[in-house]
Amino acid sequence: MIFGLEFPLIENLVEWPNLFGPEGSWYGFNKIALINLVALLATTLLFLLASRRKTLEPATNTPRGTRNIAELSVGLIREGIIMETVGPQGIRYLPYLASLFFFILITNIFEIIPFFHMPGNARMAGPAVLALITWVYFIAVGLKHQGLKYFWNSVAPPGVPKALLPLVIPIELLSTFIVRPFSLAVRLFANMLAGHILLVTFSVLCITLFSASLLVVVLPLSFAMLVALTGFEIMVAFLQAYIFTILAAVYIGTSMHADH
Amino acid sequence: MSILAQAAGYVPASKAEAQAITAAGYAGLAYGLAAIGPGIGIGYLVGQSVQAMARQPEAAGMVRTTMFLGIAFTEALALIGFVVFILVKFV
Repeated sequence: MIFGLEFPLIENLVEWPNLFGPEGSWYGFNKIALINLVALLATTLLFLLASRRKTLEPATNTPRGTRNIAELSVGLIREGIIMETVGPQGIRYLPYLASLFFFILITNIFEIIPFFHMPGNARMAGPAVLALITWVYFIAVGLKHQGLKYFWNSVAPPGVPKALLPLVIPIELLSTFIVRPFSLAVRLFANMLAGHILLVTFSVLCITLFSASLLVVVLPLSFAMLVALTGFEIMVAFLQAYIFTILAAVYIGTSMHADH
Repeated sequence: MSILAQAAGYVPASKAEAQAITAAGYAGLAYGLAAIGPGIGIGYLVGQSVQAMARQPEAAGMVRTTMFLGIAFTEALALIGFVVFILVKFV
């Protein structure tokens, strides 16, 4: 009890009871698993439905409905992300980056959907797996384009004088192979967790202030802050999906072109 | 025990709880210090990119993309500080 107000435990924010399966095991199905499942189905269905022939206007072959949305998004990712960072050779990685973008976007947007109010990336499992897959992906792209010399080229860039190599190699090794996936995962996880804690703090503050004491004058301010932060969280959801995707594209690009 | 908790009139139940409250104070200090550097860095970065966009509006798209990339890298440091706060307080 602080200043006469009661606050709930932190575990109630991020731990959810299982629908089936024992607690703490990997196959327990809780709210986060449900959110990830819905995001998976939504992403798959969006692109499956958009690729049917019926989604073209019969007279002029212009796209409409879901196909329009899917084409716009793919165009944006292609022009805005891949062309800017990787170049024309990167178009073959468009399916991976598009599905990454939509999966992260939909799991993030669950923060503001009324009965869920939980971003699926606020526990470390989701971002860790996505960062791991992206890590393996860009190492595989590097190996495919440069063979086994990829490891040497990435830790000792071609323009470095030989005397500096003992200094540069540990730094580059740490930076390229350890910090990149770690920072990808932590960036997404911490942004989502921080936004969630902010929203929950102001919501619980609103409910707790709804009491008979003098503190009820703070209630409109707290509610206005909650509304503003919800708008901010929508922006953060889009931004974090975009940042993850563009960083994945940049890492793939530097893996492909490191021998310049 | 932390000064703020004393001001709020909180009486700890035991010495262990008083230590826990002070540890929570240090955890908050950890994040506060971690947020100084990225705050300055991101402010400088966005300022320079606004200047670049004003100098040459045709390059605004490329500058904007690089700006977002730079913001992502510097913000990651502040967020690692936030993760340290979570680790100290709740683990």
